[in-house]
Amino acid sequence: MHNKSVAELSRELESGKISSVELTQQFLDRLKQEDGKYNSFITITEEQALAEAKAADELRAAGKATAWTGVPFAHKDIFCTNGVRTTCGSKMLENFVPPYDATVTEKFRQAGAVCLGKTNMDEFAMGSSNESSYFGAVTNPWGLSSGEKRVPGGSSGGSAAAVAARLVPAATATDTGGSIRQPAALCGVTGLKPTYGRVSRYGMIAFASSLDQGGSMARTAEDNALMLNVMAGFDPKDSTSIDREVPDYTATLNEPLKGLKIGLPKEYFTDQLSPAMEEQVRNAVKEYEKLGATVKEVSLPNAKLAIAAYYVIAPAEASANLSRFDGVRYGYRCEDPKDLMDMYTRTRAEGFGAEVKRRILVGTYALSHGYYDAYYLKAQKVRRLIQQDFANAFKEVDVLMSPTSPSPAFVQGEKTNDPVTMYLEDIFTIAINLAGLPAMSVPAGFVDGLPVGLQIIGDYFAEARLLNAAHQFQQVTDWHQREPK
Amino acid sequence: MQWDIVIGLEIHVQLATQTKIFSGSSTAYGAEPNTQANAVDLAMPGTLPVPNENAFRYAVMFGLAVNAEIGRRSVFERKNYFYPDLPKGYQTTQLEQPIVGPGYVDVDLANGETKRVRIHHAHLEEDAGKSLHETFFDELGHGMSGIDLNRAGTPLIEVVTEPDMNSAEEAVAFAKKLHSIVTSLGICDGDMSQGSMRFDVNISLKPKGSDQLGTRTETKNLNSFRFMEQAIAHEVERQMDILEDGGRIIQETRLYNGDRDESRSMRTKEEANDYRYFPCPDLLPVVIDDDFIEDARQRLPELPDARKARFKEQYGLNDYDAGLLSGDAKLAAFFEETVEHGKDAKLAANWIQGEFSARLNAEEKTVAESPITGAQLGDLVVRIADNTVSSAGAKKVFEALWTGENDNVDAIIDAKGLKQVSDTGALEAMVDEVLAGMPDQVAQYQNEEDPKKRKKMLGGFMGPLMKASKGQGNPKLFNEILVEKLGG
Repeated sequence: MHNKSVAELSRELESGKISSVELTQQFLDRLKQEDGKYNSFITITEEQALAEAKAADELRAAGKATAWTGVPFAHKDIFCTNGVRTTCGSKMLENFVPPYDATVTEKFRQAGAVCLGKTNMDEFAMGSSNESSYFGAVTNPWGLSSGEKRVPGGSSGGSAAAVAARLVPAATATDTGGSIRQPAALCGVTGLKPTYGRVSRYGMIAFASSLDQGGSMARTAEDNALMLNVMAGFDPKDSTSIDREVPDYTATLNEPLKGLKIGLPKEYFTDQLSPAMEEQVRNAVKEYEKLGATVKEVSLPNAKLAIAAYYVIAPAEASANLSRFDGVRYGYRCEDPKDLMDMYTRTRAEGFGAEVKRRILVGTYALSHGYYDAYYLKAQKVRRLIQQDFANAFKEVDVLMSPTSPSPAFVQGEKTNDPVTMYLEDIFTIAINLAGLPAMSVPAGFVDGLPVGLQIIGDYFAEARLLNAAHQFQQVTDWHQREPK
Repeated sequence: MQWDIVIGLEIHVQLATQTKIFSGSSTAYGAEPNTQANAVDLAMPGTLPVPNENAFRYAVMFGLAVNAEIGRRSVFERKNYFYPDLPKGYQTTQLEQPIVGPGYVDVDLANGETKRVRIHHAHLEEDAGKSLHETFFDELGHGMSGIDLNRAGTPLIEVVTEPDMNSAEEAVAFAKKLHSIVTSLGICDGDMSQGSMRFDVNISLKPKGSDQLGTRTETKNLNSFRFMEQAIAHEVERQMDILEDGGRIIQETRLYNGDRDESRSMRTKEEANDYRYFPCPDLLPVVIDDDFIEDARQRLPELPDARKARFKEQYGLNDYDAGLLSGDAKLAAFFEETVEHGKDAKLAANWIQGEFSARLNAEEKTVAESPITGAQLGDLVVRIADNTVSSAGAKKVFEALWTGENDNVDAIIDAKGLKQVSDTGALEAMVDEVLAGMPDQVAQYQNEEDPKKRKKMLGGFMGPLMKASKGQGNPKLFNEILVEKLGG
C-alpha cells in the first residue's frame, strides 16, 4: 500500500478492499519503524490519526466520501493544528499547541483526510537543507545506500523526505524562496508552489508574508492536483488571498501538450549549472518536444538580482513577523528573567537558532533609519523589474522550464558554515516568489544516483496548465516512480 | 524677553466600532481582562489581520468633517518596537499614505475671534493593550506584571495638527472642538476618563515675532482638558525658565503628572526608537473610491458649526448659549428634546446650563447617564413658564425627578403642594394681612427715598409673605402687589 498514490489509495478505499483504519494503521506502523533513518517527522499523531480514520470510514459508509476521505497524509509543522503542537522547527515553539486550525488544516479536515503528523522543517522555514531544525537534521532517503547522509533540501525537507521514503503519499509544504521545489527536486518527488494568494496563509506561521505560499508535495502531478483541489480558494481570514474561482485541477491533466510553447530562460542555463545537471534538464525538455511542444530561448535580464533582493525583503519581513515571539504570551520563555529586557533578550537568544537570528539581524539592519531607501526600497524596485521580466516572457511562451536547483542533494554539513553558498541553492527558484508566480518541480532524471528536478514556471493562476504539463511528462517517464534504496 | 508659544497637537481618537480594526473581537469597555482578545489580538502564530470596513468609513467621515482631502490609496505600515502590551511586536499604523490628508478646523475663542487650526493629516491605527500596574504574585510569591489585551486592536485615528496654536486656551478650545466634532459624528464616544480621546502636546517657544521655530518637547498621554491646560502652562513655564537662564531646550518626550503638576523626561531624541517602518505585507493597500466617500458624506450628521448657527436662528439663543449647547451632540439632543416639550428655549437653555449641568458635574455623570429625560425637563419648563411653580418649587420638582421619586412633573407638583397661588385677589388679601402686622417696616419703607435701598427693603416683606402663603404664592405677583400697596 505504501507505494500507492493518493489517487490509487482513494480508489482502494472506495472499492472497500481496505478500510481507512487499516490503511492508517499500516502507514503508522511503517512510519514509526522507518522514520528513525530520516527524522522526517517532528510529531506523530497516532491517536488522532486513528480517530480521524474511524470517522472517515463512517463518512464513507454514509456515502459522504470525497477523494480524500480516509487517505493518510502529513502537514508541514508550519501549519497550525488545533490541539496538536506546532513547532515550526523551533525551540521557541517546542511546546506550542495552537487552539485553532490553519485554513489549510481545516480544509483537509473537512475533506476527511487523515493526518499522521507534522513533518520536520528548517527553523521558521529558514534554510535550504533542513539542517536548521531544532528537532535535528532530516536525512534524504536518496544516497543513504552509499553510506553518506545527504540533505533533503529545505525548508520543507521533512515533507519531501517522507514522501520520497513512502512514509506518506503526500504532504503539505510551504515555499518562500524555493522551500517546496528545491526539496522536491533533491528528494525526487513532485512539488507545487501555487500563485501567491491562491492558498490561504491563515494559520501558516509567517516567515516572509509577501513571499510565503502554501503548496503540495506528492510523488505524482495527479496527487498534487488532488491536494490543490483541497487547498486552493479565497479565505476571508487572509486579506492577501485572492477571490477567484477554483477549477478542478484534475479535470485538465490529460489535455494534450501539442502546441505548448516552452521558454528556456538563458540566465538559468549558465556555468552555475553542472553539465550533468544541464543534460538531464535538456533531456526532459526533449521529451516535451516529443509531446508536441515547441521550445525557444527567452531572457529574464534581472534574474541575477533576485537573490540579493530576496535577502533584503525576506529578512526585513521576517524581522517584524518574528517579533511576536517575545516570551510574553506563549512559546519559550527564559528561566527567571530579572527584568523585562532580560526576558526579551534571553528568551530570543535562547529560543531562536543561529540562522533565524542571522536573518532577523539582516532584516532589522535593512529597515533601519538611513538604510531603508538603499536596501528595502531598492529591493522592492528590483522586485518589480523581475515581475516585468516574467510578464514579458509570458507574452511569448506558455511556460518556462529550468533546473530547480543548481546541484543534486549535497552531504549534510557541507554548506552549513557558508550561508551565502547555501543561499545560492535557491538561485533558480527565488525570482518566482518575488514575482508571485506558480511553479512546480518534477523529477526529471538522476546525476550520480541522485534525483534532478525540472522546474516548470507558469503565469499567474496557471496551476492547471503546470499540472497538466507535469502529468503528461509523467505519462512518458518514470523518474517520479523511482524508489530510493 | 517676550516669547511666542507654539503648540501642535496629536490626538488619539478611539473609534466607536463594534469590533476591532483587524479582528472580530468586541471593543466594549470594561470587560474582564483578556476576555475580548482572540487569536489575532493575541498575535498567535499564523494569524492574520482583516481590516474593518467601518473603521475606514468613520475615518473618511472625520476627514470630510474637517474639510480634508481623503487619501485614495491607504497603506498600513508596521511600526516596530517591543513592549509587553504590544502583542505583535509592531503596531499596524499608517505613515506615508494616511487615510485623511490636510484639512482644517475653525475654533471660536472666548474673545469672539475665530482661529483656524490646520490638520496635517489623520491616520488609522490599532491601539495597544494595557499593562496592569496592580501587583500580581505567582505561586512562589514572585511579583509579576499583568497584561490586558482587551484594548489591543481597538481602532484609533491619530489626528496631527500643524503647530497653529499659540496658547493653552487656544489648544484647549481646539481640543474641545475636536471632541465636539467626533462625538457629533458618532465615531467616538468621547469618554475621556476611559481613554477614548488622548492628547499629546508639542510645545516650543520662540522670541516674539521670530519666524524661526524653537526646539519642541512632546508631552504625552493627557486625558482631560484640564490636565492638558495645566500641562501646557507647566511646560511653557519650564521652557521659559530654561531659555531665560540662557539654556537650551532638549528635544524630548515628557510625561506630565496632573495630580502633582510635575513633569519628567521619558526619553530624549537620542534615546528615541528606530521604528523601522515598512508597508505591512499582510494588508493590501485599501483603495477608497468615490462611492465610498459619497456614502460617508451621506452619513454625516449635523456638525457643531451648523448646529450652533441653527440654535441661534431657530431658538433665538445668543452666541454663548448656542455655543455651549451645540458643542456636545448628546447635550444638544437633550436641549432640543427639552425645547420640544417645554417650548421656552431660553428657559430650557438656562435650566440645562444651570441646575442640570451642575447636577451632572456633581455626580460625575454624562448626559447619557442622566436619570431625567429632556421631555421631563421640558414638562417642568412648561410649568415654570406658566407660573404653576416658582423657581424654588421647580428645584424641588427637579430633585424629585432626578432621584426617581416620581417621573411625572404635574404629579410631583400636586403631591408636594408646589402649585403657586396666582389668584390676585387671594394674594392681595395676604399682602394686606402681612403689611398690617408690620407697621414699623411699612413706615420705614415709605420714608426711605433711595430707590436702591427701598428695593432691598422690599425683600423684608417677601419672607413673611411666602410663609403666609405656605410657599405657594407667586413671588413675582407678590412683588407687584407690594410695590403698589406700599406706594411705589
